[in-house]
Amino acid sequence: MTETPTAPPKLGAPIVVANDVHVEYRTHASGKALANGGSLFKRQKGIRVVHALKGVSFEVREGESIGVIGHNGSGKSTLMRTIAGLTTATQGAVYAASRPALLGVNAALIPDLSGEKNVLLGALAMGHSKADAEAQYEDIVEFSGLSEFIDLPMKTYSSGMQARLRFSIAVSRDHQILLVDEALAVGDKAFRDKSEQRIRDLREQAGTVFLVSHSMRSILDTCTRVLWIDHGNLKMDGDPKTVVKAYQASAKK
Amino acid sequence: MTDTDYEKLATDAGLERVGARAPLGEYLKELWARRHFAYTLARYRIQATMSENRLGLGWIVIRPIFTAIIFGTIFGVIMSSDSRPDNFVPFLVVGVFIFEFFSKSFSAGAKSITSNASLVRSLNFPRMLLPIAAVIQQVFELVPIIAVMTLIIVGFGEPITWAWLLVPVILALMTMFNLGIALISARLTVHLRDVTQIIPLLTRILFYSSGIFYSLEQVLEDKPAWVLKVVELNPIHDFITLVRAQMVTGNEASPTMWWVVIGSSITMLVVGVIFFWRAEERYGRD
Ligand SMILES: Nc1ncnc2c1ncn2[C@@H]1O[C@H](COP(=O)(O)OP(=O)(O)OP(=O)(O)O)[C@@H](O)[C@H]1O
Ligand SMILES: [Mg+2]
Repeated sequence: MTETPTAPPKLGAPIVVANDVHVEYRTHASGKALANGGSLFKRQKGIRVVHALKGVSFEVREGESIGVIGHNGSGKSTLMRTIAGLTTATQGAVYAASRPALLGVNAALIPDLSGEKNVLLGALAMGHSKADAEAQYEDIVEFSGLSEFIDLPMKTYSSGMQARLRFSIAVSRDHQILLVDEALAVGDKAFRDKSEQRIRDLREQAGTVFLVSHSMRSILDTCTRVLWIDHGNLKMDGDPKTVVKAYQASAKK
Repeated sequence: MTDTDYEKLATDAGLERVGARAPLGEYLKELWARRHFAYTLARYRIQATMSENRLGLGWIVIRPIFTAIIFGTIFGVIMSSDSRPDNFVPFLVVGVFIFEFFSKSFSAGAKSITSNASLVRSLNFPRMLLPIAAVIQQVFELVPIIAVMTLIIVGFGEPITWAWLLVPVILALMTMFNLGIALISARLTVHLRDVTQIIPLLTRILFYSSGIFYSLEQVLEDKPAWVLKVVELNPIHDFITLVRAQMVTGNEASPTMWWVVIGSSITMLVVGVIFFWRAEERYGRD
């Protein structure tokens, strides 16, 4: 809350547009909430529909960096996965100039494999060629600062270490649109500074960054605009200071 | 919130819908471009199992050997020697080992999407790479399996002949067949988790009905001829019989079997690819 981010660069063409995005998850619920179903047959079909996004629309232009805030379970991660095209909207759609890359917290990649193998697989899956992936390998490991542990299975990493590795893999490619979902929250101070710097660099190369965070300091430091998601609705969209203030006021109640 | 026409805004700016399923041709091109991912994933998976278990790769061959020993002992004792197929040990070993290739592709393919949920939820790549990687892994594992199978067969006195050269051809067709099955079961498992419960049952039914430790031809000898014809439409039985016909003396395959095998491999692969591709957008949500 100390400094405002550098003056927003001139806004370019639309780069991400969300048009009335709805996402419904179908899951198999169990337990008491379900027991009202009655017959066994009905219960087996006991599918609970979670309406995680209820019609979110916005337009983002080149060079903006968007903060996304909201309470736990409000639908922020769902929104990020939808923008990334990993979860398809049940209604409405997201349009983008290029395929956005998501950096999330849940992504343990393949826990049984070593960090080294995860780096190579991650790079290949992102579309690097084989030679490219091998060439990038050193840079990725160096950025992560994990070379000492790189031959250990990824499941033995601390959550901060996992996040560092994932972040390093994701930024090994230049993305026009980068979505960061709390991926920095578990990193230590040094790594957070390094990655926030990297995000600002990306934005300067006409990239667009979405940052989901519960740290209002991070949001105010890196974003030029903030979306507040509340129970699956876009409650507020605008200048960081105003939105953060409104969000904090509502949280106090 | 406002009355902005976002749809129009997006089309005016030339933006594309995110996550839209690519047309089949483009999709296959993308698959090819990322083939190293599937191949590398399969290789790493094998290395991981190798380093985790003390016997490592040994398990890949020990399992079918045990199955063969169990069925060999039980049925070798129960069945009278004239109802037993000739060269019983090579006969049984080929049956069990080749069946193992099918059943493992089936179960590994079915789990390939659901067990990689975190990968699917965090990176963009054609999802078909996952069942493909699962089958590639089975093909890698087939190498020691076939080596051990050959050793056993030769150990029991089967001659090495030119006909053996047909075995890789049969196995290549079977790989296409297995991949088709893996793709279909991968998608079905995503829609309906119950499928994983059904697979062991289906596998068992196929194991008992495909003539693995007994000869269907022998058992159905005194039944009307059409019964045997129907049984010969089971591709699994035909794959096994064709391999036996090349490697174990006293086994013959009919020309129909070749047609069944070729036809079902191509059909399964095409159907599998299309069936899986059509649900590409759903794998991250269900
Ligand atoms: N895979 C899933 N299956 C079923 N429901 C889900 C799934 N993922 C999320 N949800 C539900 O969707 C809603 C939104 O979840 P989401 O993860 O988007 O919240 P979030 O805003 O990211 O929360 P947090 O701040 O805790 O990260 C929640 O009610 C959650 O239970
Ligand atoms: Mg979240």
